[in-house]
Amino acid sequence: MASVSMTVNGKAVSGEVEGRTLLVEFLREGLELTGTHVGCDTSQCGACVVHVNGESVKACSVLAVAVDGADIRTIEGMAAPDGTLSVLQQAFQDHHGLQCGFCTPGMVMSAADLLQKNADPSEQEVREWLEGNICRCTGYHNIVKAILAAAATLRGEKIAAE
Amino acid sequence: MYAFDYVKPASVADAVKALSAEDAQPISGGQTLIPTLKQRLGQPSALVDLTKIADLVGIEAGSDSVLVKGATTHAAVAAHEGVMQAIPGLAKLAAHIGDPQVRNRGTIGGSVANNDPAACYPAAVLGLGATVLTDRREIAADDYFQGMFTTALEEGEIVTGVRFPIPEKSAYAKFVQPASRFALTGVYAAKLKGGVRVAVTGASESGVFRWAEAEAALASNWSPEAVETLAAPAADGMIGDIHGAPDYRAHLVKVMTKRAVAAA
Ligand SMILES: Cc1cc2nc3c(=O)[nH]c(=O)nc-3n(C[C@H](O)[C@H](O)[C@H](O)COP(=O)(O)OP(=O)(O)OC[C@H]3O[C@@H](n4cnc5c(N)ncnc54)[C@H](O)[C@@H]3O)c2cc1C
Ligand code: FES
Ligand code: FES
Repeated sequence: MASVSMTVNGKAVSGEVEGRTLLVEFLREGLELTGTHVGCDTSQCGACVVHVNGESVKACSVLAVAVDGADIRTIEGMAAPDGTLSVLQQAFQDHHGLQCGFCTPGMVMSAADLLQKNADPSEQEVREWLEGNICRCTGYHNIVKAILAAAATLRGEKIAAE
Repeated sequence: MYAFDYVKPASVADAVKALSAEDAQPISGGQTLIPTLKQRLGQPSALVDLTKIADLVGIEAGSDSVLVKGATTHAAVAAHEGVMQAIPGLAKLAAHIGDPQVRNRGTIGGSVANNDPAACYPAAVLGLGATVLTDRREIAADDYFQGMFTTALEEGEIVTGVRFPIPEKSAYAKFVQPASRFALTGVYAAKLKGGVRVAVTGASESGVFRWAEAEAALASNWSPEAVETLAAPAADGMIGDIHGAPDYRAHLVKVMTKRAVAAA
């Protein structure tokens, strides 16, 4: 066992983990932050995406010990403390970017990484960015719409929800 | 995954020492290794993390070559101004490996050490005639790749970097296998001071290889038309699976070579 400490959604946390403990296990089982999902556990689906030092990664493919000392952000850290959704989360709701919602935490965390790197992505760029995020319900169109709308809102433009 | 110890050396020398323990294995991005260990296809006693070694991370773009250090991520290569200017084909290759999350973790050292027959970097390393640097020697690309998942690396040897000569022009054309994101067939074509090199990944049972006929044709006439006149390489020895038959891959080699030359 090794002890790890990191910042998760702005809070300092620590815990005991095995070498083989995955970051997603530490988050879900150690910290009871179950918003980060495990869809495939084979690095394909992106349901487990979180940010490590600002970069999106698949938490099912990262060892908890390897991110000792890192700054982690999960879906639980996206809304304001009073529960007000972030612009991106609100856009997913407004544009019906989710149905069952299983893929949504990973979609939101992945898209948030895109928008911090590219404030004005084209539809093509959004679709390419979501290569590692699989959704079995929506057919992706509304997810792409939500992300483009959130980008516009964050740039100060207004796009009507349909 | 079976249990293992996790070791975090601060220098290459410490990493080499840690790797001398029985069944110790390096881990870089873990994007190949962790899924493999989850399937219990390996049982290392210890994983030695190379990504915390400062000497192994970074890119140095010089006047005639670009050095990408071993634990540098695909995302860092894709976004590096110096690489984009000197070898845009290499930056674009890195920008299309897997997906953004794989690129944020996966490293060049892990990719060339693993030598997956459908991986992208081996095509660039062989196609540009790069040199693989390790903790103990330098290995020319032509000697380094020795068949699928097989390389010249010895037990415990660490890839510390890859040095790419800057070509006159070069490009990578990848026909994506949409489920895995790897190359169903990918071709890296380069026009270098010393001649033309064409390296093919994803197609052959023997891993990444050079297509000599295309190199000869392109040396006298660097154009897609020069490739058009060639017969596709023999289907014998090409990979056949549910994604594509051997003759389909052989055909793709020719098509992707043309596209790479056109894009360069
Ligand atoms: C969904 C998905 C899609 C992908 N798509 C592509 C693609 O399109 N093209 C592509 O090329 N790749 C693709 N990959 C593979 C990806 O690029 C991997 O990151 C890469 O192949 C391995 O790099 P790594 O740093 O993750 O290595 P690890 O997984 O950490 O290690 C891989 C192997 O190399 C050894 N090793 C690691 N670093 C070194 C070193 N410096 N010296 C010696 N040995 C070392 C390890 O012991 C292990 O055996 C994909 C992976 C995933 C999960
Ligand atoms: S659970 Fe991590 S990619 Fe699917
Ligand atoms: S909303 Fe169901 S998987 Fe995406």
